Parts: sequence; structure tokens; C-alpha cells
Amino acid sequence: MVDATFLALSVLTIGSAIAALELRSLIYGSIALMGALGGVAGFFLLLDSPFVAMFQIAVYVGSIAVLILFTVMLVRRELIFIKVEDPKRRYAGIGLMLVLMVGLGALIIDSGLKSVTTDEPPVDFRLIGEDFLTYYWPALVLMALILAGSVTGALVLARREDVADEQRAD
Amino acid sequence: MLQMSNELIDFFIVSIALLGIGIYGLSVKRNAIRMLFAVEIIINAANLNLVAFARFLPHSGGQTLALFSIAIAAAEVAVGLALIIVAYRMYKNVDIAEFRSLKG
Repeated sequence: MVDATFLALSVLTIGSAIAALELRSLIYGSIALMGALGGVAGFFLLLDSPFVAMFQIAVYVGSIAVLILFTVMLVRRELIFIKVEDPKRRYAGIGLMLVLMVGLGALIIDSGLKSVTTDEPPVDFRLIGEDFLTYYWPALVLMALILAGSVTGALVLARREDVADEQRAD
Repeated sequence: MLQMSNELIDFFIVSIALLGIGIYGLSVKRNAIRMLFAVEIIINAANLNLVAFARFLPHSGGQTLALFSIAIAAAEVAVGLALIIVAYRMYKNVDIAEFRSLKG
């Protein structure tokens, strides 16, 4: 059986995820996205992974959400509130979502994973640091290079001066 | 908390719900920033699965992989937002149906 904390966290996470996509204003949407990502951090705490939870809060709720908020503020005011969508496409999307959820849910409930619990103590997070520096060190270096490259690339892209001249003629 | 009262499958169900919401957002929304939100929600669903498996095995590999995944997602969002800003400056819009200079 689930406990009350789990229920509250799932309501917060799923509700905020829906709100992030459906709220009219993109600013409130990005704040709701922060709520959903914070809820996932709460799940990580429930799963006895405090290190991943702190990383999630630092990276997602701390930096990504702020980055998104600043991008939203750079966009024109009318575009923040506008919602263009095809109602037929919307119903198709809801149908796809329900089919996916029911299908995957039935698959998982039918599988042998049902009622798996554990009595074993959680993994010590010091092991993760050791893993990073011993077994995974090439991946760690590669990840650092990818991060540096992507941030440099993002800066170069966002600072391009010639973009405004390439507007469509029509 | 040594004794877990929650089962593995509970975390899965939350994860499936997040995945469904993310796919709905990706297929219905035309606003590029909202599509980025949907991608973030899907990545978080995957991370939740990784950490849940890591807890119930128990093995530290899942947590390590989740940390890598979070870091790569941060890089992806930085590049994605930069692309959205460039597209916005070109078309003065964030509607992906308006981005059509690659269209033949």
C-alpha cells in the first residue's frame, strides 16, 4: 500500500505536469513545471536517493526552470498568452495518451513486477562518488566536454547578429 | 527509512502517467517552449524509473545513470532554448508551424 506522502507527491507531480502544459500563461506554466520537477525530486527522496534528489533540485528547479523563465520573458507578450491548437488534434492527443497509459499500465500490472518490495538497506551515496571516479571516469570527462560544448554552442547561437537579416520576405 | 511501504509498481504508475502527459504535450502543442516542457516531463519519467529500479535491486548503477541523464538534459535544454531564441528572432513567433524555411 502507498503511504500518504506518496499520494500527496503524486498528486502534486501529475497535477503540476498537466498544469505546465495546459495553463494559458507560459510564465505560470513554467512555474508549474518547477512544481512537477520538484515533485520528482520528492520521489527520489522517498526512494532513499538524497544525492540524486539534491542534484535534481540544483539542476532542474534551480537552473533549468530559471533559464526557461528568462526565455519566456524574452518572447513577445501576446505570444505568451496565445494558445493555438487544433481541437481534432487535441482529442487525438488525449486518445493517444489514454491508450498509452492503459496499455503500459496493463502491461506492467500483468508483469512479474507486481508487489515487489524491498527490505534491504538503501545504497550508500558515497558509492556513487566512488563509481564516478573509478569505473565511470571516461564518461564523466565526456559529459563535462559535452556540457561545455553545448553551453558554448548555445551562447554562440543566441548571440548571432546576422539572424534578423534572414527574415522571410513574405 | 529502512522499510519501504511503497511498492515498485507505484513508482511505475506515476512514471507512466508522466510519460503519457509528456507525449500528449508533444503531439498536441504547437508552441516550441511548451514542447520543451513536455520533453522535460518525459525525461523525468525515465529518471524516476531508473532510480526506482536502483532502489529495489538495490544497486548504485541506476542512480549514477540518472545523474548522467540529468546533466545531459541540462545541456539539451540550453541548446533547445538557444534554438528557440534564434527561431523567434527570425520569425517573431514561437509557433512551430510557422518555422518553414526548410520546407521545399
